[in-house]
Amino acid sequence: MSTQEQAATQNLTLVQSVRDALATEMELDDDVLVMGEDVGKNGGVFRATEGLYDEFGENRVIDTPLAESGIIGTAVGMAAMGLKPIPEIQFSGFAYPGFDQIVSHMARLRTRSRSRYTLPMVLRMPYGGGIRAPEHHSESKEAFYTHEAGLKVVIPSTPYDTKGLLISAIRDPDPVVFMEPKLIYRAFRGDVPEGDYEVPIGEAVTRREGSDVSVFTYGAMTRPTMEAAEELAEEGIDAEVVDLRTVSPMDRESIVESFKKTGRACVVHEAPKTGGLAGEITATLQEEALLYQEAPIKRVTGYDVPYPLYALEDYYLPNAARVADGIKEAAEF
Amino acid sequence: MAVFLFTVNYLRKHYQAGRTAFWYAKVGTVSTLERDPGDGMVQVLDEEGGVVGDVPELSEEEFVAMYRHMKLARHFDERAVSLQRQGRMGTYPPLSGQEGAQIGSAMALAEDDWLVPSYREHGAAMVHGLSLKETLLYWMGDERGSLIPEDANVFTPAVPIASQIPHATGMAWADKLKGDGETDTAFICYFGDGATSEGDFHEGLNFAGVFDTPNVFFCNNNQWAISVPRERQTASETLAQKAVAYGFEGVQIDGMDPLAVYKATTEALEKAKNPGEGERRPTLIEAVQYRFGAHTTADDPSVYREDDEVEEWKRKDPIPRLERFLRNQDVLDDERVAAVEESVREEVADAIDAAESTVRPDPGSMFEHVFAEQTPELRRQAEEFAQLRETHGDGAFVEE
Repeated sequence: MSTQEQAATQNLTLVQSVRDALATEMELDDDVLVMGEDVGKNGGVFRATEGLYDEFGENRVIDTPLAESGIIGTAVGMAAMGLKPIPEIQFSGFAYPGFDQIVSHMARLRTRSRSRYTLPMVLRMPYGGGIRAPEHHSESKEAFYTHEAGLKVVIPSTPYDTKGLLISAIRDPDPVVFMEPKLIYRAFRGDVPEGDYEVPIGEAVTRREGSDVSVFTYGAMTRPTMEAAEELAEEGIDAEVVDLRTVSPMDRESIVESFKKTGRACVVHEAPKTGGLAGEITATLQEEALLYQEAPIKRVTGYDVPYPLYALEDYYLPNAARVADGIKEAAEF
Repeated sequence: MAVFLFTVNYLRKHYQAGRTAFWYAKVGTVSTLERDPGDGMVQVLDEEGGVVGDVPELSEEEFVAMYRHMKLARHFDERAVSLQRQGRMGTYPPLSGQEGAQIGSAMALAEDDWLVPSYREHGAAMVHGLSLKETLLYWMGDERGSLIPEDANVFTPAVPIASQIPHATGMAWADKLKGDGETDTAFICYFGDGATSEGDFHEGLNFAGVFDTPNVFFCNNNQWAISVPRERQTASETLAQKAVAYGFEGVQIDGMDPLAVYKATTEALEKAKNPGEGERRPTLIEAVQYRFGAHTTADDPSVYREDDEVEEWKRKDPIPRLERFLRNQDVLDDERVAAVEESVREEVADAIDAAESTVRPDPGSMFEHVFAEQTPELRRQAEEFAQLRETHGDGAFVEE
């Protein structure tokens, strides 16, 4: 990948850092393998596995039949036997044929077997809107997975975190759903160290320190949120932006800590409002920090409508203007 | 023992020469009367225990063990249903009628082979190392019942229909990948006739065909998926023929003939490990049989099927069939049968005692085995739960 072999860091896009993480761990651990639709010779429809087939061969970068339940179900069997499969679902909107395998088995096998059988596997799937894709290609359904006990759900927002979190996920002894914000697969580059390093699962990070209002977000929404925060700074509103990075287990401690400082909060996600994670975050703040609260907690989210075809998706997705309005509302109440 | 087998096969040839034995009747050549395993399916014993096919090479001890396992499974089943009726156990899926398929196939497994069950394979799992006590605990609602002993290559039972099939394929595939394409382990996966309608049946078998995994897919066609008959599951003439679509062999056997089951499973396991030139490793075995009882203790089969049908199938009961055969061979007599029955009663009684005297699981244990390491939120919830118990006492939660 990198032609500058001396360099300690590379300048990668988010999707390149996915590939870099996979290659790094496959190099280090023979049990790690990648499987899915078009992941082999084609290198993945988003190029997330580009070149891995040539590097590691057809038994570790496996083109499978077009069958999500089969992909996830056989990966469960492989992981139970000690391999570390990384099945890819081409778009998160196509995961549902495998949903029974995720919920009934991936999430439960450790419990059901009293830890005799465990599943060191990572289920990768690009999620989210904004890429002018056809129907079913743009949804953001992380709440399905966070609702399921026994799964960890990771959603990175930078190339650096993507590599470190994916490596952590691969090394995790339990199943991780790794949701990749495809809107920002190539939107920007970031410094990514060569070699292996971990970003711990379950830890949020503060992207922007601020004192007036806390904004909690993750994945692709981190960008418009940061943009909004910078705009508002010019108006004298100092927003703190916390990127969750892992949505399950959620870093409640960091969320509460930030809120105690500001007493105001806005939560941003592109998933629909009802049953979304903003509700979980809001409830956590009510439970843990009610007496610090100075304003209603604002939720800026997708609407409770089926994700629209792309002619209207810009109206559906929260953008910087909408996020700024939400932050302002919380800050100025 | 060689003499014994020789005698059996000699007698068969001379006295049953008029009967045709179908070994590995290939898909497409089977004239299927779905409800008459005697017609055209692989059979070794007829309904009377007479020999109509090549008897597998088992020692006298192994024949007796097969008989005893079947008696044990039957008696266990009767006691389990009774425990449920008495309120000493929860919902339970009975296996009576299916002992020939379960014991015959599980006895064909080598110790290192893997068994991937559905929720009805108590008999098969028992043969392969899961104790009756554990099976009872599971159906008594205790998670520790699915803690499979380390030395038993048994996977935890899967309740969602057919969902275990892709696991079995993945497990076998992993074994083959680890062995760089070679394997001396086979993976048998059990499911019912209803499961063949599920997508996971298709996906699991399709992957197995494509990646040529060392699997034996063992379909216990017991004719009824709760209340829906086999004919309502598929318009296919047989279930075995579905294997053709996946590019490997399918065989239809008399699932109430333990010797036919043993023989067909042995051959399929061998093929999974050492396929011949041009052969694919996987096999789909359709073992035609009947469940004498309900789907589970929660349904009443008289609502959806006729008593006459049940009586008809009871004439094919695998246990008296094997018993008659072994009596004919002087392997069993009244005394030995009585001894088997006595020891089976004791073993089941002991398992029930052991299960019932097991102290309820520690309530706090529900927070364990979710992740390798408890998350902060789980720790919080576990502490809150401990506090709740302390405040109210367990009496506030447990209905006796």
